[in-house]
Amino acid sequence: MSGERGTPATEEGAFSRLVQTTGIDTRTLAMVAALIIIWMVLNALTGGIFLSARNLYNLTVQSCVVGIMATGMVLVITARHIDLSVGSVLGFTGMIIAYLQVELFTLGAAWNWPLTIVAGLALGALIGLWQGYWIAYRAVPAFVVTLAGLLMFRGAAFLVTDGRTVAPMDPTYQLLGGGIDGSIGANASWILGAVAVAMVILISLSARAKRRSFGFPVKPMWAEIGLIVIYSGLILGFVMLMNSYYKPRTEIPRGIPVPALILIVVVLVMTLLSRITKFGRYVFAMGGNPEAAELSGIDVKKVTVMIFVVMGILSAIAAVITTARLNAGANSMGMLSELSVIAAAVIGGTSLAGGVGTIAGAILGAVIMQSLENGMVLLGVSSPARQILIGLVLIAAVWFDATFRRKG
Amino acid sequence: MRRLTRFAGGVTLLTKFPSALWGENTERGDTMGFANKRLPSLLLALALAVIAAGNAAAKELIVGVSWANFQEERWKTDEAAMKEVLKRHGARYIGADAQSSNEKQISDIESLITRGATALIVLAWDSGAIGPAVAKAEAEGIPVVGYDRLIEKPGVFYLTFDNKEVGRIQAREVFKVQPKGNYVFIKGYAQDPNADFLHSGQLEVLKPAIDKGDIKIVGEQYTDGWRPENAQLNMEQILTANDNKVDAVVASNDGTAGGVVAALTAQGMEGIPVSGQDGDHAALNRVARGLQTVSVWKDARALGNAAARIAVALAKGTKPGKIAGAIKWSGGPKGVTLDAILLKPVPITRDNLEIVIKAGWVSKKVVCQGVTKNPPTACR
Repeated sequence: MSGERGTPATEEGAFSRLVQTTGIDTRTLAMVAALIIIWMVLNALTGGIFLSARNLYNLTVQSCVVGIMATGMVLVITARHIDLSVGSVLGFTGMIIAYLQVELFTLGAAWNWPLTIVAGLALGALIGLWQGYWIAYRAVPAFVVTLAGLLMFRGAAFLVTDGRTVAPMDPTYQLLGGGIDGSIGANASWILGAVAVAMVILISLSARAKRRSFGFPVKPMWAEIGLIVIYSGLILGFVMLMNSYYKPRTEIPRGIPVPALILIVVVLVMTLLSRITKFGRYVFAMGGNPEAAELSGIDVKKVTVMIFVVMGILSAIAAVITTARLNAGANSMGMLSELSVIAAAVIGGTSLAGGVGTIAGAILGAVIMQSLENGMVLLGVSSPARQILIGLVLIAAVWFDATFRRKG
Repeated sequence: MRRLTRFAGGVTLLTKFPSALWGENTERGDTMGFANKRLPSLLLALALAVIAAGNAAAKELIVGVSWANFQEERWKTDEAAMKEVLKRHGARYIGADAQSSNEKQISDIESLITRGATALIVLAWDSGAIGPAVAKAEAEGIPVVGYDRLIEKPGVFYLTFDNKEVGRIQAREVFKVQPKGNYVFIKGYAQDPNADFLHSGQLEVLKPAIDKGDIKIVGEQYTDGWRPENAQLNMEQILTANDNKVDAVVASNDGTAGGVVAALTAQGMEGIPVSGQDGDHAALNRVARGLQTVSVWKDARALGNAAARIAVALAKGTKPGKIAGAIKWSGGPKGVTLDAILLKPVPITRDNLEIVIKAGWVSKKVVCQGVTKNPPTACR
């Protein structure tokens, strides 16, 4: 589809020709359009506050937890499974991290918080192993296993400290959740931005060279350069935005918040995992046609377990950010977040029938969901009304997507 | 050899059950025949025997407690206090956690009745929806104590800390520090009637200043499920909407206060007056550090002890109006008159942290952890 030089001469032709030559996914375009519309509306209603540097910075931090878990959910749903336990796993691993950090180990020791993070991630992986085992090797449906997980791990989260909230966390650890010192500053942000732009250019050009070397048609130069400019613009625009938000009562720019860095790393790793590694290809193969995948020699059971291990680790990463941001371990952390995570993945284009999904789409979905919540609280909308509105928008977004999928 | 075959048969029977559950066909007709014909009646006989035994033992004092949501920090303390008093009176404790679900609470109460409860203590998740279950208990002649949260049905004994007074105390302590300026209300969970009692108490104290124009309400939000993360997000957005021009926050409990303080800290605004309730250990530490102004302490042990004492008295046949210390109260939204005992809450601020330490509620180490500059009297 990308790079073909079709020449239909109809009126619709101009737009679809543009789409075909540039290779942009119409679905992604539609979602970005939806996001822009939502932002414009919220900005107008809040009198310009919604699109202020400060609120967009906050929105970035607020989207990280759901965004990180949504990247894993894409793989889970693509493989025709579901994971309802992510919120409870977040709560349980978060409570363990908090308990270790504050009550068991010496608070303030340099080795304390890194060790607790490692412990939390290991626990998340173990939980994924447990759930994956029952799903893959014992053929218990994922819905059932993860529903059990939802109950079990929420109970376990309570039992860690008998319901007591554990606080405060190590001061250095708190930086991982954002907060007043939880960002990298202007210079580091610009450096990262420059590196990202350089990578975009490198990847586009090397991909182009590779296609040429195999004799595939390539995009026209203007399309190639146009796309590079757009992506670079977005990256640099983001950096500039993060640098326009100053620390309170000073002129010191905050720069990119630490949770956003974690999110970016996770997105890069997950995108590579799903696009380039064999594991990723197997996941999509299994989702698209499970019987064919099995018959062609893919170890479906092992791959399934790995998917849930990855999901467990991602939930633990989300738990780190949640506890750092809240500066406490509370046993109700992450409650109901599985619904937001699944919604984010689905809005982002992951089909519940399996076989289709993108990581970038999931992030877009998470940002859309969080923008609605963020904007409505700015407007002072009461929480029950928010629930109704978000539910309606969720239906609208997925319907919108289904329509586009049929057309494109 | 025969034993081995029968053992193997038994194991095969056991392994067939899961596949039967998941809908695969089993060829072993006669093994399923046992399960279809003789097993159910065996189980029925067993169940009847258990119920009969249960009824025979029913004359003993059994107090059933229906919890709304054990996940909130404080209820463990209430439970321990109840068990202590019940043991002293020779009564047995049975409990169930509704896990924030109305439907589950109704079936919990039914199950507590079936298990032989002679009195019920109910911490209602939703006082409106609890009606049918309470009616069932009353129909069986089982007295009900409404614990901490109002159950506005005539005949139910209401035991609580005066929640409106808690709200008044919260507002009073914040007002002492900040008599003028922009106020934010971070309220409780909309479906918990206590959230509105607290808020009405808070408004009652602040109303004169609001009317005079000294205090301006610049933000107000309920907190879903009383969850700290939600309070943090709501506070963050309110700060953004008001460009940080906030001078005081009246938060309705310690969990939400924690979220509020986290949001304030991210803006370098920690230290502005914030209220709370429950005497959570983390909150008392915040009070010592100067990050929270007050935590209204309701000694959950006193409440649990009182509930157990009242339940035993009611189970033994004492009339609700004759319980020691009971008053007639009709402050609920429907104006129903109830026999009630309202315990007095205690505001814990920097100046009287010793109260909770001396009472054995929390250790000095936990309260004073990390307190370096300007320690309160209790930490010196």
